[in-house]
Amino acid sequence: METYYSLKPLLAVLVSLLATVLIVIPNQRPNVRESWTIMAALAKFAIVLSMLPSVLQGNYPAITLFNISPGISLALKVDSLGIIFGLSASLLWILTSFFSIGYVRGVPEHKQTRYFASFAVCLSATMGIAFAANLLTLVIFYEILTIATYPLVIHKETPEAIFGGRKYLVYLLTGGVFLLFALALTYQLSGTVDFRPGGILPAQIGMNSVIMLFILFLLSFGVKSAVMPLHSWLPTAMVAPTPVSALLHAVAVVKAGVFGFARAIGFVIGPALLHQSGAAGILAGFTAATILIASLIAIRQDNLKMRLAYSTVGHLSYIVLGMTMLSPGAWVGALLHIVNHAVMKITLFFCAGAIYVRTHREKVSELNGIGRQMPITMGAFTLASMGLAGIPPINGFISKWYLVQGSFDGGHLAIAVVFLLSGLLNAGYLLSITVRAFFAPSDRFTKFGEASALMVVPLALTALFSLLLGLFPDRFPYFYQLASQVATSVLGGGGL
Amino acid sequence: MSSLSILILAPLLLFAFITTLVGIWRLRWAYVAAIIGMVLALIAASAGIFRVLSEGKLRYFLGGWPPPFGIEYVLDHLSAFMALIIVFIGLIAVVYPPEAGLYQTPRKGIPLYGLLLLLFAGLVGVVITGDLFNLFVFLEIYSLASYALITLGGDRAVVASFRYLILGTIAGSFYLLGVGFIYFSTGTLNMADAAQRLVPLYGSPAVMAAVALIVIGMCIKMALFPLHVWLPDAHSYASPMVAAVLAGIQIEVAAYVVVRMMLTIFQPQYFIDVLPVTTVIGWMAAVGIIFGSVMAIAQRDFKRMLAYSTVAQVAYIGLGIGLANPLGLIGGLLHILNHAFMKSCLFLVAGGIRYKTGLHEIPRFAGLGRKMPLMMAGFTVAALSMVGIPPTGGFFSKWYLVLGSIDANNWVFVGVILASSLLTAVYFFRMIEKLYAVPSSGDAAVEQATEPSPRILVPILVLAVGIIILGLINAFIVTQILMPVVALLP
Amino acid sequence: MAEMFLSRYVYLMVIILLSIGLWGMLGKHNLLKKLIGMNIFQTAIFLFFIEGATKLGGSVPVIDPRLGMKAAQYINPLPHVLILTGIVVSISLTGAALAFLIVIYRKYKTLDDRAIMLKMKETSE
Repeated sequence: METYYSLKPLLAVLVSLLATVLIVIPNQRPNVRESWTIMAALAKFAIVLSMLPSVLQGNYPAITLFNISPGISLALKVDSLGIIFGLSASLLWILTSFFSIGYVRGVPEHKQTRYFASFAVCLSATMGIAFAANLLTLVIFYEILTIATYPLVIHKETPEAIFGGRKYLVYLLTGGVFLLFALALTYQLSGTVDFRPGGILPAQIGMNSVIMLFILFLLSFGVKSAVMPLHSWLPTAMVAPTPVSALLHAVAVVKAGVFGFARAIGFVIGPALLHQSGAAGILAGFTAATILIASLIAIRQDNLKMRLAYSTVGHLSYIVLGMTMLSPGAWVGALLHIVNHAVMKITLFFCAGAIYVRTHREKVSELNGIGRQMPITMGAFTLASMGLAGIPPINGFISKWYLVQGSFDGGHLAIAVVFLLSGLLNAGYLLSITVRAFFAPSDRFTKFGEASALMVVPLALTALFSLLLGLFPDRFPYFYQLASQVATSVLGGGGL
Repeated sequence: MSSLSILILAPLLLFAFITTLVGIWRLRWAYVAAIIGMVLALIAASAGIFRVLSEGKLRYFLGGWPPPFGIEYVLDHLSAFMALIIVFIGLIAVVYPPEAGLYQTPRKGIPLYGLLLLLFAGLVGVVITGDLFNLFVFLEIYSLASYALITLGGDRAVVASFRYLILGTIAGSFYLLGVGFIYFSTGTLNMADAAQRLVPLYGSPAVMAAVALIVIGMCIKMALFPLHVWLPDAHSYASPMVAAVLAGIQIEVAAYVVVRMMLTIFQPQYFIDVLPVTTVIGWMAAVGIIFGSVMAIAQRDFKRMLAYSTVAQVAYIGLGIGLANPLGLIGGLLHILNHAFMKSCLFLVAGGIRYKTGLHEIPRFAGLGRKMPLMMAGFTVAALSMVGIPPTGGFFSKWYLVLGSIDANNWVFVGVILASSLLTAVYFFRMIEKLYAVPSSGDAAVEQATEPSPRILVPILVLAVGIIILGLINAFIVTQILMPVVALLP
Repeated sequence: MAEMFLSRYVYLMVIILLSIGLWGMLGKHNLLKKLIGMNIFQTAIFLFFIEGATKLGGSVPVIDPRLGMKAAQYINPLPHVLILTGIVVSISLTGAALAFLIVIYRKYKTLDDRAIMLKMKETSE
């Protein structure tokens, strides 16, 4: 495990910040503006991808910028965990950008410049979180992400949007405040805030401090990870335009939360101390409850995006629950699920967006027969739904397999049951939509067809990607290897 | 002996005269003369801080009389730091056009800019002087100038200024009485000399009474809860540029006096253990933070909201003093710097809004974000800094304060700091919502609004950019300038 | 005990004057009375300084060849100098305050601060 100096992490963060300036300038020429977004997204992905080979071999690109507080620097380092998040976010931004263009022109939405500019800043912040080398750097980008996503949440400027924005800020800023406390406490307890696999707290630390620190992380990262009862902002944030819900609330913001948990459990507190303190059980309890309750609530939602929101709440807790089990198998499953869920859920949101643009329908009960008119869209939807339910050979099955295996290995039979049960519930609330779309009689939609190619191609691609990741999990881009590397470095191969 | 300290003060005094005379002759040139004076002082202050960083303390004996007989002026890390802040914000304030900042263009014979320069001269004098009575003189100079300047805000401002005058005079007189006690106990007025002579006298009631009087007096001027009552009226009725200066630098100078007493004239242990000064200040500050933030939420008038916000923000500085450990005091002192930039930026924005649209109540600001994008961008940066979002400066002062509170095992203070961030977010995001998210209500004043002229915009944007830069370079400021200051603390 | 107070009766006066001044400033509602209270308060402080400068049997601080060069023979001139400055400050403050009162009276037709507070709330800028 070696670190070498490289500008690339910094470039990955900065390329979309630069794009933000370029996006704001040609206000009146949308094609120029949109092309900047696409170019930034492609550039970002290219930069991140170029770092993949060395990370796979254990050589981590890093750059230390400057001291941001005496003894702590603003520093970036791309390790296996970071690149998992970075790759998935940057790749999906490319597809989301194309989809966004189709969506905002199809609706049509107002204030498009503000929309695209905010997106670019959000992705910069996300890269900053993914590649942060220490907790302070992560906190800085984490808070920037909260602020940068606000304009996107209130985008429609309706009273519901404004209320949604307020609730969003209340939850996320409160979480941020707890995060600051956790950060300060970490610094005081250990004298450093760098991320190191296995943790940075001194071995002879009191268990009370560990538990207090863990609860603070729970209250802060738990908000962005939508662990119940801190989840309420996520369904309300569905008031944002669908591409926002897709990328931010299935990929960037929420995955920043679970990523934070990964860093906190694996690289700050450390599995050994966490196991010793017994505090992981608290989180396990909340996440297990979240999975089941969220799935049950999802079944009752008629609004499609709401159903998908609660589904997201449930699946995020899959990831966190996996991490609390502190075993290599469970960690591999959890980290794979970061990517897999992102790809599957973004497909579902893309479909919801395409349906809305084409037909202005938002409710499940209105979707009878739509599959016959929009077969590609609903086909992708079905594929992703099967994955989320854990049906092979879609990628969702792979991560679920590891999670269930990990629970059995650790002797947590109840948790295994939770995962399996949730799979059934997922099938219930998602595949029922498929059935309705293809098999329910209705000729309401005979005059529509597929949405524009700008939207259909991305969703088809993400669905295809889900399938490919399921068939070849250890091929490019080697997510399985990366996840294993993280699990090994954090848990030392043996697990607890 | 280096005359650099007096070179910061001299241009301000000199040009206060020159500006007034020039103003009687040619009005337009008074403005220019004032700017020249401020620029000269800024050059001296910048040179001052560089010299202090490389050489250490710089001393100047007025008239050549050596201390303890003469008056000396001292530039050490703390005074150079404060002087630079005062002069820089002063320059920004002077550049800001008087139509927006003072509610009027200066009329012939009325020495508006002369008064302003006297205000800055008084503030700088307080921070660089090494003589206890000289401090009183400069204290009254800047106070008197500020009473007069506040009245520019209109009729209600005169009433507010009178009230401030009465309370401010009590404060100044308490300080004078305290100095009297110290003089009669030690026989000297020179700060460094008194520091040595006071050591065997720490137990004497006269000295304890002196400390109590001086601290209470300065807490009144600092608007520390519950002695803050003069501030909301004075700052909300004053004209925007005056309010910017008052809230941005004047209040903080009073905090400086307390810090100077604690670190230089007395030993910190005296303030911590023998007399519970830091404990009392700390807890009053904690209450003040919450009180100010809650009251700010309740306000409709923008400037009044900022005034209560000032009560809360200055209480952060008091909290830093109250913690009395290195990290806490660093947080408080860094907040002096950050608050100067943030609050002045906000008041200058208030001035711009009032000038362009005549509006001053927040509910009527709906939709202004689209009409004045650049100015509101500046506002947003300052607002985010007040809430404490990185990488703006405001985040880092809170960071050090939280670290200091944890060091002191004071979990209540941690809770107060964190809770106040959220409360601050309430009243600032409410306004951000109004500016950007709420569609304009068709208010004619808003419909016709346009971006203010560069003369108004540039000071605001300079401050906003400064806020971000201060956040990014805060480690440099802390290690180079503030750590030597707090080196005396346990 | 009584002897201690009697020999320091000036300081007692200082305390009494300070209290009167404070009461005037904070307790009275008429603005002019507040101003007078401020003056009394400041005068009390001047009295304190001057008393602190006095020495038993001391002479005027001009060097008299008959008395010699010993400092103990003369009263301390420094506090007197300080007070001169203080008096100037006090005058300036009083002058400014009186100017404010004139403007306030012209606008509000009263100098009672409760009435003024009410009137201030009614009008708006």
